[in-house]
Amino acid sequence: MKRKATLLSTLAGVVMFFVLWQLLALIVNRPILPSPLEVVPLFLQNITGELGLHFLASAARVLTAIILATLLAAPLGLALGQMPRLDSVVGPLIAIIYPIPKIIFLPVIYVLMGISDLSKITLIASIIFFQILVVVRDEAAGLKKELILSVKSLGAGRRALFKYVYIPASIPAILTALRVSVGTAVAVLFIAEQSLTSYGLGYYIVIETYQVLLYPEMYTGIMGMGLLGVLLYFAIYSIELKVSKHMFIDGH
Amino acid sequence: MIDVKDLLFHYGDGIELFGAFSFHVNRGEAWTVIGPSGCGKSTLLLLIAGLNRPKGGKVTVGGEHITRARPSTGLVLQDHGLLPWATIEENTRLGLEVRKFYGPDGKHSPADVQPDEKEDNRRVNHWLTWLGIDNLKKMYPSQLSRGQRQRAAIARTLVLQPDLLLMDEPFSALDAPIREELQKVMNGFHLESGLTSLTVTHDIEEAVVLGEKILVLHDRCNREPMIIDNHLSGKTDKRKSPEFIDRCGQLKDILGSRRSDGWED
Repeated sequence: MKRKATLLSTLAGVVMFFVLWQLLALIVNRPILPSPLEVVPLFLQNITGELGLHFLASAARVLTAIILATLLAAPLGLALGQMPRLDSVVGPLIAIIYPIPKIIFLPVIYVLMGISDLSKITLIASIIFFQILVVVRDEAAGLKKELILSVKSLGAGRRALFKYVYIPASIPAILTALRVSVGTAVAVLFIAEQSLTSYGLGYYIVIETYQVLLYPEMYTGIMGMGLLGVLLYFAIYSIELKVSKHMFIDGH
Repeated sequence: MIDVKDLLFHYGDGIELFGAFSFHVNRGEAWTVIGPSGCGKSTLLLLIAGLNRPKGGKVTVGGEHITRARPSTGLVLQDHGLLPWATIEENTRLGLEVRKFYGPDGKHSPADVQPDEKEDNRRVNHWLTWLGIDNLKKMYPSQLSRGQRQRAAIARTLVLQPDLLLMDEPFSALDAPIREELQKVMNGFHLESGLTSLTVTHDIEEAVVLGEKILVLHDRCNREPMIIDNHLSGKTDKRKSPEFIDRCGQLKDILGSRRSDGWED
């Protein structure tokens, strides 16, 4: 059973986070670490302007990458999980590519795909792709033989097995994989956005604010990117709570 | 109802489990199949269910040559096989959903049964109540005891109104009192419905309690079926009677003699 995060515990986490930030700001007492009392109002003021556009650009890239990766990886994972022979051929290759940090292919992707959003999205999608591929494959392969036999005995052929067994079995796995990998996705986005674009939070943080020493403004960008990660995480988590109810039941 | 003729079967290892094996089950009979592990009793059940293909010979159920799962055959396995992400009620409905998904095509669902929402609901509730788990229908399988899960698996099968019920070690994983309770439930069900059934078990007592006829298999290639007529089935209250104990003893002796490390028969 998974542990359920409550609204109260999340709120407590947010309050503690800001208190800690304020304390650190007081201790360090240098321009590089401004107080949240200065940054938060600035953030709220800027988010409706230029900062908001940077935020939207970044969010659009991550979301597109998530959708693209899920659409490609989920069916492939299902197929591999169901076809052990194919998996024994492709499996070793996946096992090698999976742990390679995909960001190192950044220059290659830029050259091959050109300086467009597509290259950044591809890079992020390739990270999420392997995460989903592996969990969905393992989930589909791990379904008990008895379960499949029983459902077959109820009349299910291949199509019904997909609808009633394979797809519902892999959705929770997809969501968990996504939730775990959004952090990495946003991190890679930060690096990818530092060059060859003029929109995105990575660009805003490094080029528009950090390099011209606008520290409070830089922090509004950092907050934006942090918020993007947190929002994505909790959005996926709340879908998980709805879809994977059986994993969050208490009193066990 | 079931006609097995000249059945040949072996797995990839080439060891023959059945060679020209034939037997016949009449409509309305309750059979049990017993034998040591590895004798092919579960394999036989899956062959009759159409989930395993014979290497030779023919399996016929209700006049139909079996080449795939037959829509009117119900199957209950030792591991209940419930969907962990669906509630007990949703699980009980699964077969009905599958039938609705395909429509009455005669292949995945019986050609003569039209889906009827009202009637389906009534049947789901009826069997959940009959098996005593209607109060658990909003729960997930992981919240139930093993016995309750097995009841749900039985409900899911009976909702489809099968004309043949196949069960593979349905109560083996249960504690003795719950096992006996469920055996009683199935006895009552058989009396009430007259449904043809075939239950695989390794438990001698269970074979005697559930089977009007007991098919004994052995762990070498099965050719001649050994069938014991048993009028003690359904007499769950007679478990302690000398007659019952004698029958179990007799069955034990036969099983002992049919093992490959015993004497040749």
